Amino acid sequence: MLGALLVYPVYQLGLISLFRYTQAQVSGGEPAVFRGFGNYADLFADGEFWRVLLATVVFAAACVGSTLAVGCALAVLLTRIRAVPRLALMLAALGAWATPAVTGSTVWLFLFDPDFGPVNRVFGLGDHSWTYGRYSAFLLVLLEVVWCSFPFVMVTVYAGIRAVPAEVLEAAALDGASHWRIWRSVLAPMLRPILTVVTIQSVIWDFKVFTQIYVMTNGGGIAGQNLVLNVYAYQQAFASSRYGLGSAIGVVMLLLLLAVTLVYLRLLRRQGEEL
Amino acid sequence: MKLSASRASLATLLTLAVATACAPQSSSNSASDRDDTSGTLRVWLFQEVGNEPKKKVVDSVVAAFEKTHRDTEVKVEYIPVETRAQRVKAAFNDPASAPDVIEYGNTDTAGYVHDGGLLDVTKEFSAWPEAKSTDPTARQSVTVDGKVYGAPFYVGVRALYYRTDVFKDLGLKPPRSLAELATTARAVRAARPDLYGLAVGGAYTYGAMPFVWADGGDLADGRSGSYAAAIDSPAARKGIKAYTSLFTDANCPAAKCAGMTGNDTVTAFAAGKAGMAIGGDFSHAAVEAGKVKGKYAVVPLPGVADGSVAPAFAGGNNIGVLKSTRHRTLAVDLMERLAGKKTQSALFDAMGFLPTFTDVRTRAAEREPFVKPFVRTLAAGTKFVPASAAWSQIDSSQVLPTMFQEVVSGKKSVDAAAGDAAAKMNAAFGDAG
Repeated sequence: MLGALLVYPVYQLGLISLFRYTQAQVSGGEPAVFRGFGNYADLFADGEFWRVLLATVVFAAACVGSTLAVGCALAVLLTRIRAVPRLALMLAALGAWATPAVTGSTVWLFLFDPDFGPVNRVFGLGDHSWTYGRYSAFLLVLLEVVWCSFPFVMVTVYAGIRAVPAEVLEAAALDGASHWRIWRSVLAPMLRPILTVVTIQSVIWDFKVFTQIYVMTNGGGIAGQNLVLNVYAYQQAFASSRYGLGSAIGVVMLLLLLAVTLVYLRLLRRQGEEL
Repeated sequence: MKLSASRASLATLLTLAVATACAPQSSSNSASDRDDTSGTLRVWLFQEVGNEPKKKVVDSVVAAFEKTHRDTEVKVEYIPVETRAQRVKAAFNDPASAPDVIEYGNTDTAGYVHDGGLLDVTKEFSAWPEAKSTDPTARQSVTVDGKVYGAPFYVGVRALYYRTDVFKDLGLKPPRSLAELATTARAVRAARPDLYGLAVGGAYTYGAMPFVWADGGDLADGRSGSYAAAIDSPAARKGIKAYTSLFTDANCPAAKCAGMTGNDTVTAFAAGKAGMAIGGDFSHAAVEAGKVKGKYAVVPLPGVADGSVAPAFAGGNNIGVLKSTRHRTLAVDLMERLAGKKTQSALFDAMGFLPTFTDVRTRAAEREPFVKPFVRTLAAGTKFVPASAAWSQIDSSQVLPTMFQEVVSGKKSVDAAAGDAAAKMNAAFGDAG
C-alpha cells in the first residue's frame, strides 16, 4: 500500500517526462507523442537550467548551513538559561515555526519594504531596495528560510541534548573544556543520529524551497535572477503547461536528492555509525 | 533507510513500467455530436471587483433567453479571475462537468483553440447581423487560422493618466510625443522628487509594448502557424531603448521600478506617488478610489510624431462556446445574446466595459466623457499579440518582462536582451506553430 502510494506518482512523473505532454495532450486536443529522452535533452541543452541548478545548490547549501548553525546554537543556549527566558525563546521559535510560509514571506517582505518597511527606517537606509540586487534578494529569502526552519532543528537538537546524561557534560566541564569544545567533542558525536536526520531534512526542504522565492521575489526576481529549481519547474510545468518538461525537471530533482541522501548515508556508515 | 529497500522499489517501478508501458492519460474531448433543444446550459463568467451590476445585466439576458427557449435553464457561475487558468484547464480535461459557454481573456484564444477546447463558430458568426460592426481588432482576437472561435465581449485599452494639479503647478502640458513624454516625466521628477515622473514597470509588458509599436516594431511577424519573432528588429530595439531609458533616478529608479507590474504603477499613481502612469479604462475605478480623485485627467499615449497616438494593446475578453457542449444551437444563441449590442451597451453603463462594436462604442463615449481618450486610442489603431498557442507559453514564462528587466538592471545590452528574447520566442513558436 505504502509502496504503491510512493511508487505510482514517481512512475507517472517518469512516464510523463518521456512524452510531449502539454495542455493540448491532457485535454485530448492532440495525441501524446513519445519523445524518449527529448525533454531531458532540451533541459540539459538549456543554459538557464544549469544556471538555476547552480543557484539552487549554492542557495540550499547556505540555507542548510545557516539553519543548522542557528538551530544548534540556540538549542545549546536553551540548556543554559533559566526557565522563563527558555519558555520565551521556545514560544518565539514555535511561533515562527507555526507561521505559514506565505504569511511569513509577506511579513518579512514588508519589514524590508523600501517605502514603508521599519528595517530601512531603523538603519537609516532611505529607500534602499533589498530585492533589486541578486545577492541581497537571496540574502533576504535566506533570512526568512532560516527564520522559519531553525525551530525544527532547535527543538530536535534540544531534545537530544536533554537525553545526554548530565554526568558526561559535568565531567567535560570539570576537565576545563570550553563550550565550543564540549559541543565539538562531546555533544556533536553523541547527537550524530539526530544531526543526520535534521541535516537530511533541511537539505530536502531547502533544495525544494518554493513559497519564499515565489512570494518574496515575485516569481523569480528581476529578470529571473532569483529562480530556484522548484520555481523554474513550476514556470515550465504549470504556468506554461509543458507538463512533460516540468516532469523531467521533477525527475532530475528527485534523483539529485536521492543521490545526496545516499552519499550522506554511505559516508556515515563508513565512519562506523549505524543508524 | 536501507539500500535494499530502495532497490526493491526500483525493481517494482521497473516491473510496473514494463507491465503498463503506455502513454499518459488524455481525456477524449472530441466535439459532442448532440444538439439538444432543452435542458440546462452552464455558463462561466469572470467575477469582477464589484460584480453586482454585471450580474444584473446578465440576469436580464438569461431571463429573456429562458423566455424564448422554453424548457431550458441557464446556470451562471462567476469564477475568480486569478484561478481561471486552472478552472478552464479542468473544464477541458473533464468535458462531462464542463460549462457550455465561457468568458475568456482574448490573449488566451489561440491557446484554448490549440488545446482543443473551443468550438468553431465561423458560420454562425458571419451569419450574425450584429457582427458586421465589430471592430477589426476585436474580430482578430477571436480568430485563429481564419476561423472564428467566439464573440468579442469587451475591449480594454490603455492611455496616459496624468496629474492635473502637478502639471498646473509646474506649468507643464500633456506630452504630444514620446520624446516629450520623457522630458515631461523628468521635469516632474526634478521639481517633485517625491514623485515618479512617469511610473513604469519592468514587468509591465502591455505598458511597454506601445513604445515598441510606436517605433514601427512588433512582437512577431508572419501569420498564424508561421510566426517569427521580430522583437529584435532595429525598430523594436529602438522602442525597447526608449522605454527602458525611463528607468533612471531622473524618472523612476531602476531599483524600485524594475520589478513593478502594471498594477503596481497604477497603484502608485492612485496613491499620489507618480506624475503620470499608463493605465487602462478598467483602472478608472481604482484611480477614482485613490488619493488623486479629482486631480487627474487622461489623454491617449502619444506616438513618435507630434500629436500622434501610440498603438495600444487591445486587451479584453470574449465569449465562447465549448466544443464539448451538448446544446450547440442554444449555446451559440446564448453567446450571441451575451455578447450582443444590447448587452454590451448595458454592461458599459453598469461596469464601464468598452463595447467591441464601433457604433455602440461611439454612442457610449457620448454618454460618458471619461472614455473619450480610450475610444480615441482605439480609433487610432490597436495591436494584438500573435494569434498562436505559443503566446500563452511566452507570456507565462515571462520572456518579455525578463528582457526589459535585463536591460533596466544593466545585466544585458538592448541588443543582447532582445536577441535572447527573440530566440526564446522562436523556440516557442517552433513548438506550437
